[in-house]
Amino acid sequence: MTATPTAPAGTTDQGRVITYSEAVREALAEAMSADERVFVLGEDIGVYGGAFGVTGDLYHRFGAERVRDTPISELGIVGAAVGAALAGMRPVVEIQFSDFTCQAMDQIVNQAAKIHFMLGGAAEVPMVLRAPLGSGTGAAAQHSQSLEAWFAHVPGLKVVMPATAEDAKGLLLSAIDDPNPVIVLEHKLLYRTSGPVPEGAGRVPLGKTAVRRRGRDVTIVATGVMVQRSLEAAERLAADGIDVSVIDPRTLSPLDDAPILEDVSRTGRALLVQEAPGHVGFTAEIASRIVESPAIYRLLAPIRRLSGLDVPIPYAPQLETAAVPQVDGIVDAARSLMKDS
Amino acid sequence: MSHSHPEAHADLEAGEFGPDLGEVFGPRQADGGPELVQLLTPEGERVEHPEFSFDLDDEAIKGFYRDMVLTRRIDTEATALQRHGELGIWAQLLGQEAAQIGSGRALRPQDYVFPTYREHGVAYTRGIDPLRLLGLFRGVDQGGWDPNEGNFGLYTIVIGAQTLHGTGYAMGLQRDGVVGTGDPDRDAAVVTYFGDGASSQGDVNEAFIFAASYNAPVVFFCQNNQWAISEPIERQTRIPLYQRALGFGFPGVRVDGNDVLATYAVSKAALQRAREGQGPTFVEAYTYRMGAHTTTDDPTRYRLSEDLEHWKLKDPIQRVKVYLTRNGLADQDFFDEIDVEAEKLGEHLREGCKALPEPRILDIFDYVYAEGSPEIDAQREGFAAYLDSFETAGGHR
Repeated sequence: MTATPTAPAGTTDQGRVITYSEAVREALAEAMSADERVFVLGEDIGVYGGAFGVTGDLYHRFGAERVRDTPISELGIVGAAVGAALAGMRPVVEIQFSDFTCQAMDQIVNQAAKIHFMLGGAAEVPMVLRAPLGSGTGAAAQHSQSLEAWFAHVPGLKVVMPATAEDAKGLLLSAIDDPNPVIVLEHKLLYRTSGPVPEGAGRVPLGKTAVRRRGRDVTIVATGVMVQRSLEAAERLAADGIDVSVIDPRTLSPLDDAPILEDVSRTGRALLVQEAPGHVGFTAEIASRIVESPAIYRLLAPIRRLSGLDVPIPYAPQLETAAVPQVDGIVDAARSLMKDS
Repeated sequence: MSHSHPEAHADLEAGEFGPDLGEVFGPRQADGGPELVQLLTPEGERVEHPEFSFDLDDEAIKGFYRDMVLTRRIDTEATALQRHGELGIWAQLLGQEAAQIGSGRALRPQDYVFPTYREHGVAYTRGIDPLRLLGLFRGVDQGGWDPNEGNFGLYTIVIGAQTLHGTGYAMGLQRDGVVGTGDPDRDAAVVTYFGDGASSQGDVNEAFIFAASYNAPVVFFCQNNQWAISEPIERQTRIPLYQRALGFGFPGVRVDGNDVLATYAVSKAALQRAREGQGPTFVEAYTYRMGAHTTTDDPTRYRLSEDLEHWKLKDPIQRVKVYLTRNGLADQDFFDEIDVEAEKLGEHLREGCKALPEPRILDIFDYVYAEGSPEIDAQREGFAAYLDSFETAGGHR
């Protein structure tokens, strides 16, 4: 059984399937068409169409003013976006690899996240920063990280990690509407995956957890590309008679924890899956929310976290695969969780 | 997505930068402008320059020719290996051989190099076996050479970061007392390489500030190959890059990066200034990236084939060959022998690459911390047990 966001009324093609990358582009195009204040800026996003092909033909549709190729200066890109947002624009930054946010951290963390607070609400920073994250493409240690926990730790930022094409579009549209700085982290391996995005599909609200599958025995909470892997694992586990839920928080900050706590209270077993290294990772927050709630009294087994190893992402393909959770590992962890209880 | 939109430049010239771009620093295909230091023309003729001269003999020029042919072979062989799936990625240097050999050969053993990921020619001049470079791009090791053996740092991937490392190292040389002693075997300098795109990074500009503030013995060697992936040089600067140095308070020079004599002469002078304690110099080697940014890139999506044809006429190797031939300095045997040598080098790379030992999965845990860590050790043990739980996985350990 699955529960995905409901499609809006008045859609014309409920069966339309597009790629995650096309869904992001569609959101950008719709937002730019609807609102003159929206523009995108980043490296190689113009004629080149983006390092991962996400902006595609937007440069030809909207022109160089609204699809801005920038100098190779991430701090400059984000700083300019913060300034534009303060002046009433709705900038959407693309940082070519989320790892390069390291070069822009002052503008993200010290500026964008805090200006509204420090000016006593007199100004807003309605900017969006999109960036591809994650491993699996042979891009090595400085182009493969999953840094979502850093951003989720900063008050003033909102953080989303869309796991499906429909969410890629819907969450981005909501992020662009939002009056706060929103970090949108798109997993590189998802760009070429496809999913149903009904014609005219609209906004997916920020801060609303999705239950992708409802099961009896184990609650799997997963983010990013781990959602799909967990759903694959769920199919294999079902063949063994283990029936799992798969829950996708989608928005890491603010976190809608109620559906997670409710599900864990029902199954009594929690398996938390992320690609990022486990140490001080995002799923540690989920585990804390469980043990800080009455759900703790319903646990039949210790909470289990399955994370990337606490190492930089290696470049060699076989090592890279081994460094982060795969479907086999998720199946294995769910089985052992059943044995432990 | 795939595009072919030759209007890319037109947009830049007609749009955001105004119509006077050409008045600022000449039309796009100008030969680097009047300030370009050139000692060997694209037609293979030696020319004089009031400030810089080439002070080695024709044998040295023949040596540079050999260096450049072998460097190009390293590049083309590695590109082919990538196409055959033997390397994950390769960053091509095609067209930049003279900039790298000229500057690399101007170094003394005690000088130190901080490269980007494209300095295969400089690596060669520092005695690094190119097979070591392939190991890195094949992913079987994490940089297989000892930086202190040839004073050649590990490749830096994140754009511009190494300019700060180079500046810091140069400040260390000052504290070591090996700057301005007058002893040519002792005085040392640093050269740090970067590209035109990197010139927009804060790191690079902060390196300039530090080098100027401390008068550090560092040469900032920028290979302006005109492209930062798809973004043309006009996106990074409105003035010739070398002129930026003036604002930071040290000299800047634009040299024909496809002229190995001029890059040698200018690099030598800049390095000597540094070693003597006269501080940093910015060298802009004006060249062209004939290949792709890396093997994942397709430059036909964003640049004109006419540009490429124009720069083919300025080939760094061909002009030396013409010079040597026209002046009777080398016969056919000389060129044939080098071709044979290049062929052998190609074989060495092809066979050596495939024979590189594969990494083992538990290698993941090595080198995370300098002295290991109990947590990582525990994770290694747990992972080993996990691998052992699969019947077939033992071999991967």
